[in-house]
Amino acid sequence: MAGKAVLTGTYFMNGDYACCEGALAAGCRFFAGYPITPATEIAERMSIRLPDLGGIFIQMEDEIASMAAILGASWGGVKAMTSTSGPGFSLMMENIGLGICTETPCVVCNVQRAGPSTGLPTLVGQGDMMQARWGSHGHYEVIALAPSSPQEMFDLTIRAFNLSEQYRIPVIIMADEVVGHMNERVVIPRRDEIEIVGRRKPKVPKRDYLPYHPDPDGVAPMANCGDGYRIHITGLTHDERGYPGMDEATQAQMVNRLIQKIAGNREKIIRTENIYLDDADVVVVAYGISARSARQAVRDARSGGMRAGLIKLETVWPFPERLIRDVAARVRALIMPEINAGQMVLELQRCAGSACPVHLVSHFGGSIIHPSTIVSAIKDAIKGRK
Amino acid sequence: MKTKKAGKNVPGHPMEELIRTERLPHIWCAGCGIGTVFGSVMAAIQKSGYDLDKTAIVSGIGCTARMAGYIRLDSFHTTHGRALPFATGLKLANPELKVLVVSGDGDLLAIGGNHFIHTARRNIDITVICVNNLNYGMTGGQVAPSTPFGAKTTTSVTGCPEEPFNFCYLASACGAVYVARWTSLHIRRLTNSITEAMQKRGFGFVEILTPCPTSFGRRNKIGTALETLKFYHERSVIRNDIDPKEAPIDFGSNIVVGKFVDTERPTFLDNYQLSCRKQIGDWPNFEGTMVQDNQAGDKTYYHER
Amino acid sequence: MKYWRKPLDLESIKASRGRVIIVEDRCKGCEFCVAYCPRNVLGMSQTFNVRGYHTPAVIDESKCVNCHFCEALCPEFAIYSIEATDAEKGETARYRRKNN
Repeated sequence: MAGKAVLTGTYFMNGDYACCEGALAAGCRFFAGYPITPATEIAERMSIRLPDLGGIFIQMEDEIASMAAILGASWGGVKAMTSTSGPGFSLMMENIGLGICTETPCVVCNVQRAGPSTGLPTLVGQGDMMQARWGSHGHYEVIALAPSSPQEMFDLTIRAFNLSEQYRIPVIIMADEVVGHMNERVVIPRRDEIEIVGRRKPKVPKRDYLPYHPDPDGVAPMANCGDGYRIHITGLTHDERGYPGMDEATQAQMVNRLIQKIAGNREKIIRTENIYLDDADVVVVAYGISARSARQAVRDARSGGMRAGLIKLETVWPFPERLIRDVAARVRALIMPEINAGQMVLELQRCAGSACPVHLVSHFGGSIIHPSTIVSAIKDAIKGRK
Repeated sequence: MKTKKAGKNVPGHPMEELIRTERLPHIWCAGCGIGTVFGSVMAAIQKSGYDLDKTAIVSGIGCTARMAGYIRLDSFHTTHGRALPFATGLKLANPELKVLVVSGDGDLLAIGGNHFIHTARRNIDITVICVNNLNYGMTGGQVAPSTPFGAKTTTSVTGCPEEPFNFCYLASACGAVYVARWTSLHIRRLTNSITEAMQKRGFGFVEILTPCPTSFGRRNKIGTALETLKFYHERSVIRNDIDPKEAPIDFGSNIVVGKFVDTERPTFLDNYQLSCRKQIGDWPNFEGTMVQDNQAGDKTYYHER
Repeated sequence: MKYWRKPLDLESIKASRGRVIIVEDRCKGCEFCVAYCPRNVLGMSQTFNVRGYHTPAVIDESKCVNCHFCEALCPEFAIYSIEATDAEKGETARYRRKNN
């Protein structure tokens, strides 16, 4: 059963495969999934690779079961992942909520396609962005990352696992069909060059352990099932012992803790790539495959003499409010290209406020946004036109 | 009769070590059979001899599912109907764990129906305790897949228009290796059944009929929980080792209880290991890799290549 | 006990004797134990516990054989039996718990 978890080397690799390799490099040894275009390749590669690494691949009966299974596997002490697209993502929502409420580390990769409903199964969309934030019922905070290349599929999947273990939360990778299906150069480093974070273990005696008593950074150490801590984990509103508490005070304490755990650590979680920002007149804010279009557009704009800059969002949730506010205060306009009718642009507008106008470059799905469309928008913005 | 404070030399209730006594009194109604089943499950866990630190309870949502919150073991109170896939992930991630799923008839077989048939088909090594109180009790008494035809519930005030499942037949058809049905009055046999199911490799299913005086009992004029138990006492007939198809719950005549299925089948992990070692062979010609023992019915033996 | 013939091991085997302990405050008055005690040791008392339920009371403890059936059947863990020799001497302890 010998296999290599980290396939060090340089490859011409498909984004979905790169996501799988990133997960394995991060230590993922359990995958439960369901076939759905365009994420099926992740499951397929996992089914081939995991047996050689002593892991388990199981194709479940539906996405709901897949999400429940990875939560169970995580409590069994194994890093676990699932992958899906829009329709499956909708199905997983209740259990994502369970994962957030019970603070279970795991990774969900949503390779977005155009929706709503069955939509365009084989074509790109970026229409699930708000769903990643608000999809499950109740109020909570999430972490979502948006890779824009197969290389980033590899790197950000590792980061997703690290964040999920560190903050005890399901982390969502918001990829899209183009990033998932494109083949590009992926460099897989050596094992010792990859930083891997595991979940914090309790240091107190078993009798004194409280499953939801947070350390100063807001995260509680996690005892796995079978470690002898006799934990009780429930989706009901619970106190620090994990016992259900049906009253306003427990609700306030628990929800506040879940929100602050992420909100209080925003600076450590949020990552963006900022290009040509210092002297920019107009800044394009983009994520996923649209960030690739935007990067080309900004280069084209610069060579055309326009002072354009780019903020590529690596973390889409939590949204980089502070950075956007700072930038909005000194640029002429913000532009967001995205393949939906305007979702993350709402966040951009909220953060920019009245400091500067925000323009949306979008279409409803089916193809990527052409860089020339973004260049036109930059031109118009500089000229002060809408 | 004088009441005295019990002194130090009077021992406590023998189950107290396994109960989260700080959470008592539990939420179950006066006369609810779930409390009895809870005691039976704990007795079975103790009897089975498994390491308590490695025993886990997974439940869904509902009255029965609250059992997870009262037992002092690693316990997981998950979402409605999704206890079985959660338990699948838990067991596969750490096969050393002994996993029990304790939930109600609606949770396991209505919303969880899809997961039930697949978990049984895969023969995941878990024990499923299904408490059947003939309705959805927690939400006030609605129709469930176990509600008898014509029975009154809040969503069938003029009589339930659907016929119920025979859960044991369903479990057996899906491939469960151990299937039994008891009532909460048959405590000793129930405890033995649960112990046997736990000690058996594969998907074990134990259905327990219990009184629900507040919801089902009240609407169907059954009277107190004691009346339900007396009814079960009179009407239940123990028939071990029969085909579960012939074991209906017929409130008009007899309620057939007993241990119906006790068989062997490779578990999911057994087959997964074969698959990992590329030893399953070439479908559909398994000659040389698989020997079918026709005398034993569905017993199959896999040769190591 | 009346025997139609004397058992051969009558001198060596001692029938077990039990003492019933009732955790009053846990009881919810379902009457399972009273109805199903095989030796009719229990009856319902006239007093109430702190929850307002009538609790069981021991009517004739000499009949208890420590079969633990009341203990197994009780949904509230409010009644159990122990070996008579291990219990406190004196009257049956009706055990009152303050905290639950």
